[in-house]
Amino acid sequence: MSADDDGRGLAFTLVVLLGGLVFGFGLALSGMAKPEIVLDFLQFEDLGLLFVMGGAAVVSALTFFGATRFLDRAPLTGRGYTRRLKTMDRNVPIGGVVFGVGWGLSGICPGAAYASVGIGNLTILWAIAGMFLGAYVQGFARSSGTDETDTVDTVSTD
Amino acid sequence: MTLSPLPLVALAELFPRGIAQYAAGGLLIGLGVATIYLGTGIIAGASTFLESTLSYVSDVPRFNRAKYLASRDWRVVFTAGIVGGAAVYALAFGEFGWTTEVQPWRLFVGGVLVGVGTRLGKGCTSGHGVCGVGSLSGTSLVNVATFMAVAIGTAQVVAALGVTP
Repeated sequence: MSADDDGRGLAFTLVVLLGGLVFGFGLALSGMAKPEIVLDFLQFEDLGLLFVMGGAAVVSALTFFGATRFLDRAPLTGRGYTRRLKTMDRNVPIGGVVFGVGWGLSGICPGAAYASVGIGNLTILWAIAGMFLGAYVQGFARSSGTDETDTVDTVSTD
Repeated sequence: MTLSPLPLVALAELFPRGIAQYAAGGLLIGLGVATIYLGTGIIAGASTFLESTLSYVSDVPRFNRAKYLASRDWRVVFTAGIVGGAAVYALAFGEFGWTTEVQPWRLFVGGVLVGVGTRLGKGCTSGHGVCGVGSLSGTSLVNVATFMAVAIGTAQVVAALGVTP
C-alpha cells in the first residue's frame, strides 16, 4: 500500500541526503545533539528548545499547508502531497509515556542521537544501542500483531 | 519613562544561552523535512530508521512489513545525512569531539525506553513533534503533550534524586 519504493533515481537519493544534511546540521546547531541541553530544558533551566521544536514545526506546517493546497505531485516520485496523520489508539499515549521516561532520563531522542554521533560524541552509542534494542524488543513482542493501518493519508486537496 | 529591567532579567534567566541558535537550528530542522517532502512527497521521521534497519538483520515479521522494506534504503541515506550534517556543523564551529558527560547507564536505559516508546507510540520528536504537529494531527498533539509532560517529570525526579550528570 505504502509506496516509498517509487522514485529510486540518483536525484531521489541526493534530495534525501541533502534533506538529512540540513536536518542534522540544524539538530547540531540547536544543541539537541547534546543531552545536557535537552536535560536543561526539561529541568526548566533553559527553555531554548521551545524555539527548536516551535521553529521546526512552523516551517513544516507552512510547507505541508502550501504543498497540499497549491502543488500537485512530488516531482521525484509522483506521490501526492499529504499531511502526516496517524491513527489514534491506546498505544499512542502509552508510547508517549514510555518515550517520555526515556527522554527525561537520557536527554536523547532518535534524530538527535544520530546527530550526536556526527559531532564526534561516541559515548552516545550507548543510547543508540539502547534504542535498537528497545525497538527490537517491542517489535519482537508485537510480531504477531496485525495493526497494519498506522497511517491514514489524506488526499492532496485536503 | 524608565522601563523596568525586570522582564529582561527574567528572560535572560529563562534563556541563558540566548535564543538565536535554537531558532536557527529549528528552522533548519524544518527546512530539512521540507526539502525531502517537496522533492519526494515523503514525510521523514527519524525513529522509523530503527525498525526499517532491523529488517536487514532480523526475520521478525514486524520489521519486514512492506513499508519498512521499501523505505529502509533511503532511511539509511537520510540518517547518514543527519550524521554528516552534524559533522559539518561541528567541524565548521570547532566543536568536533564534544562528548557528553551523561552517564552511559542513563543513555542506555533511556535509549531502550526511547526505542520502545517511539515505536509503540508511532513516532518521536521529529515524526510527531515536528511533522505531526506541523500537520495539526490530533494523534501527534496527544503524543507530544504526553511525552513532554512525562519527560519533564522524569528529568525533575532524576535531578532531585541527585543523579548527575
